[in-house]
Amino acid sequence: MRVLIIEDDSEAASFLVKALKESGHSADWAEDGETGLEMAREGGYDVLIVDRMLPKLDGLTIIKTLREEGKQTPVLVLSALGAVDDRIKGLKAGGDDYLTKPYAYAELLARVEALSRRTVPEEQVTRYAVADLVLDRLSHRVTRGGEAIQLQPREYRLLEYLMKHAGQVVTRTMLLENVWDYHFDPQTNVIDVHVSRLRAKIDKSFDRPLLHTVRGAGYVIRDGSE
Amino acid sequence: MTVANKRTTTAFYTTVFGVTAAAVVAFLVVAALVVAGLVWQTNKVLSEQVLRTLSSEAQVLSATEATGGLDAITRAINVRSELNQSNLYYLTDATGSKLAGNLSRLPSELADGMTGGVFDYTSNGKKGGSERIAAGLPVRLSGGGLLIVARDIEDQRALAGRIRILALIGFGCLGVGGLVLGLVIGKSVLSRVEGMRQASRAIMAGDLAQRLPRSHTGDELDRLAESFNTMLSRIEQLMTGFREVSDNIAHDLKTPLNRLRNRAEATLRDATTSQELQDGLGQTIEAADEIIKTFDALLLIARLEAGAVSSTLEPVDIGALIRDAVELYEPVADDAGLALTSKVEHDVKLNANRRLVAQAIANLIDNAIKYSSRRSRVDGDNRLAGHVEVNVRRCGGNRVEISVSDDGPGIEAVDRQRVVERFVRLEESRTAPGTGLGLSLVSAVARLHGGAIRLEDNKPGLRAVVDLPAGP
Repeated sequence: MRVLIIEDDSEAASFLVKALKESGHSADWAEDGETGLEMAREGGYDVLIVDRMLPKLDGLTIIKTLREEGKQTPVLVLSALGAVDDRIKGLKAGGDDYLTKPYAYAELLARVEALSRRTVPEEQVTRYAVADLVLDRLSHRVTRGGEAIQLQPREYRLLEYLMKHAGQVVTRTMLLENVWDYHFDPQTNVIDVHVSRLRAKIDKSFDRPLLHTVRGAGYVIRDGSE
Repeated sequence: MTVANKRTTTAFYTTVFGVTAAAVVAFLVVAALVVAGLVWQTNKVLSEQVLRTLSSEAQVLSATEATGGLDAITRAINVRSELNQSNLYYLTDATGSKLAGNLSRLPSELADGMTGGVFDYTSNGKKGGSERIAAGLPVRLSGGGLLIVARDIEDQRALAGRIRILALIGFGCLGVGGLVLGLVIGKSVLSRVEGMRQASRAIMAGDLAQRLPRSHTGDELDRLAESFNTMLSRIEQLMTGFREVSDNIAHDLKTPLNRLRNRAEATLRDATTSQELQDGLGQTIEAADEIIKTFDALLLIARLEAGAVSSTLEPVDIGALIRDAVELYEPVADDAGLALTSKVEHDVKLNANRRLVAQAIANLIDNAIKYSSRRSRVDGDNRLAGHVEVNVRRCGGNRVEISVSDDGPGIEAVDRQRVVERFVRLEESRTAPGTGLGLSLVSAVARLHGGAIRLEDNKPGLRAVVDLPAGP
C-alpha cells in the first residue's frame, strides 16, 4: 500500500513514515499543503493522511480540491481539533475518516488499512467467509462448520464489520464508530464485553479460534493464530 | 506631610469641593451684583430726595431774594446755616463776590450755575476741617447773584460704605464657610473613597474576601459599594470554583502523569529482558492514553460551556438512542451483576445534538454501573443483585426527563450538587477508573440544550435526572 502523509510536523511525519514502512507499506511525506496537493494529484497513492492545519494550503482545502478534480483516493484526516463539529466538517469536505491527535499508531494503521480496502464496492458482497465461519448478508445467517449460530442483531453487525475487515486489525474505537455509531470514548471497556460474548458464540465450542485480541490495538478475525 | 494633611490637600481635588467652590463663587458674584445694585439704587433715591429738598429750598430762598433783596436772603442763609450744620450755602452778588454762606468757596462743579451735582468741600464747622461730600443746586438770583444750596451727604456715603463693608464681611464669611464646608464634605467623601481604594487594593493583591466599606445610609456611594460588593461576591464564588477546578485538574492530570513517569522510570531501571521493556512501555502508553482521555473530556466540556457546538441540533428519537445505549451497556451491567432496563414513553422527540446526548446518557449509565456494581460484588456471587433503570418521560408540556436510577450506595445529599461540578470525585470513588468528568460533561450537555441535571435520592441508590426541552 502506498501512503502519502501531508503533515507539517516533521517529527510526527517521520515517525509515521518509519512506522508505516515497518508495517510493510510505502510512505511519502509532504511538508506543506501545496506540495501535498501536487503529490496527491500525480501520485497513485492508496491512502492520503492529511493534517488539517498546514502551511500554505489547509487540509480541508486539499481534500475539497482533489474531490472536485474527481480524485477518489481515500483520505484520513488528522487533527488536533477533536470536537464533534470539526469531525463533521472534516468528513463533509470529503475526508473518509477522521482521527484526533494524539493518536495511537495502531489506531492510525488500522484505519489506514481499512480505508485502503474501500475500493471494493462492499454493497455487492453478499457473503463473508473466514475459514469455516460464514456470514450470509442476504439471509443474515451465520454458520460455522455448517452449524447455525444465533446472534443478536448487534452481534451480527459486529461480526459483519470484523469479517469485512478480515485479516485486518480493527480497533475498539472503530467498532464503536462503525457498529454503534458512537463517536466518543465510553469509560468502561464496553466493547471488550461485547466481543467476548461474540467470541463465546463463534469460537468457544470450536478448536480453532478465529477472533483474536491484538494487544494494545484491538481485534482481528482471521484464520490461523500467527 | 502627615496623612491628615495630605488628605486635606487631596480634598481640594474632590468633586464635592470643586462643586462647592463653583457654587460659592457663583453665589458671590450674583450677591455682589445684587448688593451693588441695591447700593446704587438707594444712593440714587436718596440723592434725588436731597435734590428735591434743595430745589424747594432754593425756590423759597429765591423768592426771599426777589421780595427782600440780597439782604433778606443773606439773613435767611445765615439763620439757616446756623440751624443745621449739614445745610450748606454760598451766595454771591452779581459780580461774583461772596456775600454769605458756610461753604468756604464756590464748588467748581457747580460754578456754571446751571446744573446741580455732587461736590467735595472742606467742612469748617465743629467737626473741624474735614473733606466731606455734598450735593448742591445752583440758583441764579433775580438780582444777578448766584446762590448755591447744598446739603451734606457724607452720612449717606458713610452708609453706603458700611453696607459695602457688611457685604464684604458677609461674602467673606460665606465664601470661607462654603469652601471649608466643601472641604470637610470632600474630606469625608475622600476618606470613604480611600477606604474603598484600600479594600480594592487588598482585593487586587488577592484577598478576595475583602468587601468595600459601607455606610448603610443608602446614598450614592453606599449603593455603588453595595453593587460592587455583590459583584465581588460573585467573582469570589467563581474564583473559588475556578481554584477548586484547577486544583482538581492538577490532581487528576498530575496523578496519571506521575504514574506515567514512574512506569517509564521503573521500566528504565528494572527491565532487563525485551519482554519486560515492552510491558513497561505498554503501561507507559496506557498511562498516556488516560491523560489524553481526561484532556479530551476537559476540552469538550470547555467547548460546550463556551456554547461552541450548538449549531448541530437535529431531531433526535430519544427512544432509539436509549435502546442503543442500553444495548451497548447491557453486557457490562450483566457482568457487574446488574440488570439494566429501560422504560421509554412512546414517541418522545428531542431537538438536540444526537452524539452529545448519546454521550451524556452513556456517561450516566456508565456511572450507575460503575458505582453500584461494587455492592453486588461485596454481596458475593449473587447474580443480578442490583438494578439500573433508564427512564424517559414527558414532563409538563414541553420538557423531557431522562433519568438513570440505580440502587447502589447513592450520594449523600450534601455532596449531590458538588459532584456535578468539574472534576469533583468523592474520596470514596477516587480509586475508581474514570476522569471524574462524567457528570460535569452531562451537566454541560444539558446546559447547552437549555436543560439541567439534578441528582436525587432513589432510596436506595441514586437517580440522575436530566431535564431537556422537548423537540418539535
